[in-house]
Amino acid sequence: MSNNPYIILEIKKLSRNFGGLKAVADFNLILMPNELVGLIGPNGAGKTTVFNLITGMYKPTSGSIKFLGKEITNLKPHQIAQLGIARTFQNIRLFSSLSVLDNVRIAYSHKINYGVFDSLVHSPKFNIGEKIIREKSMAVLEILGLAHRASEIARNLPYGEQRKLEIARALVSEPKLLLLDEPGAGMNPKEIIDLMELISFIHEKFNLTIFLIEHQMRVVMGICERVIVMDFGEIISEGNPDEIQNDPAVIEAYLGSERKCIESEEVEDVA
Amino acid sequence: MTSKFRIKRPIRKIKTILFILLLYIIIQLLMSFDIINPYFQKIICYAGIMIISALGLNLIYGFTGQFSLGHAAFFGIGAYASALITRLININHSLILLVGLFIAAGLSGIIAFVIGLPILRLRSDYLGIATLGFGIIVKVLFDNADAVIPILGGSRGMLGILPLTNFSWVYLFTILSIIFLFNLINSAIGRALISVREDEIAAEAVGVNTTKYKTLGFVIGSIYAGIAGGLYAHLYAFLHPSNFDFLKSIDVLLIVVLGGMASISGSIVAATLWVFLLEGLRVILPEAILDWRLVIYPLLLILIMIFRPEGIFGKREFKFLIYQEKSNVQ
Repeated sequence: MSNNPYIILEIKKLSRNFGGLKAVADFNLILMPNELVGLIGPNGAGKTTVFNLITGMYKPTSGSIKFLGKEITNLKPHQIAQLGIARTFQNIRLFSSLSVLDNVRIAYSHKINYGVFDSLVHSPKFNIGEKIIREKSMAVLEILGLAHRASEIARNLPYGEQRKLEIARALVSEPKLLLLDEPGAGMNPKEIIDLMELISFIHEKFNLTIFLIEHQMRVVMGICERVIVMDFGEIISEGNPDEIQNDPAVIEAYLGSERKCIESEEVEDVA
Repeated sequence: MTSKFRIKRPIRKIKTILFILLLYIIIQLLMSFDIINPYFQKIICYAGIMIISALGLNLIYGFTGQFSLGHAAFFGIGAYASALITRLININHSLILLVGLFIAAGLSGIIAFVIGLPILRLRSDYLGIATLGFGIIVKVLFDNADAVIPILGGSRGMLGILPLTNFSWVYLFTILSIIFLFNLINSAIGRALISVREDEIAAEAVGVNTTKYKTLGFVIGSIYAGIAGGLYAHLYAFLHPSNFDFLKSIDVLLIVVLGGMASISGSIVAATLWVFLLEGLRVILPEAILDWRLVIYPLLLILIMIFRPEGIFGKREFKFLIYQEKSNVQ
């Protein structure tokens, strides 16, 4: 089981401390091919930390992460990205003064087969390589409906399209696993519906496993097959959207327990 | 539209090549008729050298975003290395210069690699201070080099260097430097370098090995400085450690910022202006207020920074330095 290459991602007993704070504690997770799994939890529950651990931005205090049967726990972020884990960021991180096309092309850089010398003299090998990069990038932009924006500067795009561009950039190198960190943040209800359609669409089109953090319950409950709930760095519940919604532990994490409510009301009364 | 581009591209290329040749011929003619006197010939050569050096720093700072205050050190390493080699070979033939420049490029590249790997982890100000420290160490080494190799001259300066640099060599290397940098930044490698400047974390997240590309940019930029230094050594035939202290690094930094970060055109224009302004004012100004040129020059800097903080060119380029892609459909 432990070296099963059919498992996309296998996280075992993953922990990360910041000083005395346990940001993530004893986190276990298995993602199977083609799953679409949601990760929810109140602010500060450690969701983004989990993403940063998977992508190598943070080193875990303990535990292990395996991707397609390969240990990736101590690899550098770019190595993990090159293996096929792509991500987006909670607060969009584009190469904002570059063109839309260049943003996507940069994410394909590591797949090029020409070197420094070819670049210096623009050799035939360079021309072939550039053609491939360009075609791949334009194809992804086309799919996400951004092809007509290719030559625009990324920071000039409207917010929703910047989110899309970040997803396009993540998809161009054909990852096996896509991590979306709050893709719906700052979107209005209509944009949220478009987003849900987009996620379902790329999920099928690219044959991807998607793991997403989301605050908007509508997104999680609408498209995720399985939901994991975190609080204080630990998994407190796991199951399909219906099960989650009725789990007392989840309700407590989000709304507080009945007793706590009364206590806080009393405090308010006194105040 | 596509067909129009297919014709337009070669035409523009031919135009550019013609311009390069014409400029060369004009300057050569002016020199042979003594309209440009030997003094100004040297200034023209020095401008070319500063262009090469500034392009190198622009690659490091403007394109890759790594703040370096040690550029003059690499310039000096190139100068001393090539001067030493040509002196040891001691054949007064201008092709020997190529050997010197090759050694200059190699040595500054290797040192940049060895120094770059540990210090390029640092960011902005910290990197600046580390490279500054490196520059000071190199300067001290130059000061005391005669203890190990007497002909380097140490703080007395190095004499007896063959004057192999002429306008043709400088022109050739300036043009090559421009072409290579232009080609490099308009490639996947160049885009990866720029992505490091734009957002290091995002670059890593999309698979760009930022350490590798930072080092690559630093090494190539330093090789530029080394070649410029090699040309410099054989132009004035005299080297002194004070020509490579950190104030000289600041000069190059000013050229890059004044011209416009990440603008090749900017570096070319600013380096030329800078050299000609410093030397030109020496000729134009009357004797009595000659010393004022050192006031006029910084004053100009302040004014440019107030009115054009993005530099003369910003990120813009001359038309012939704008890259047109082969499969550009629009």
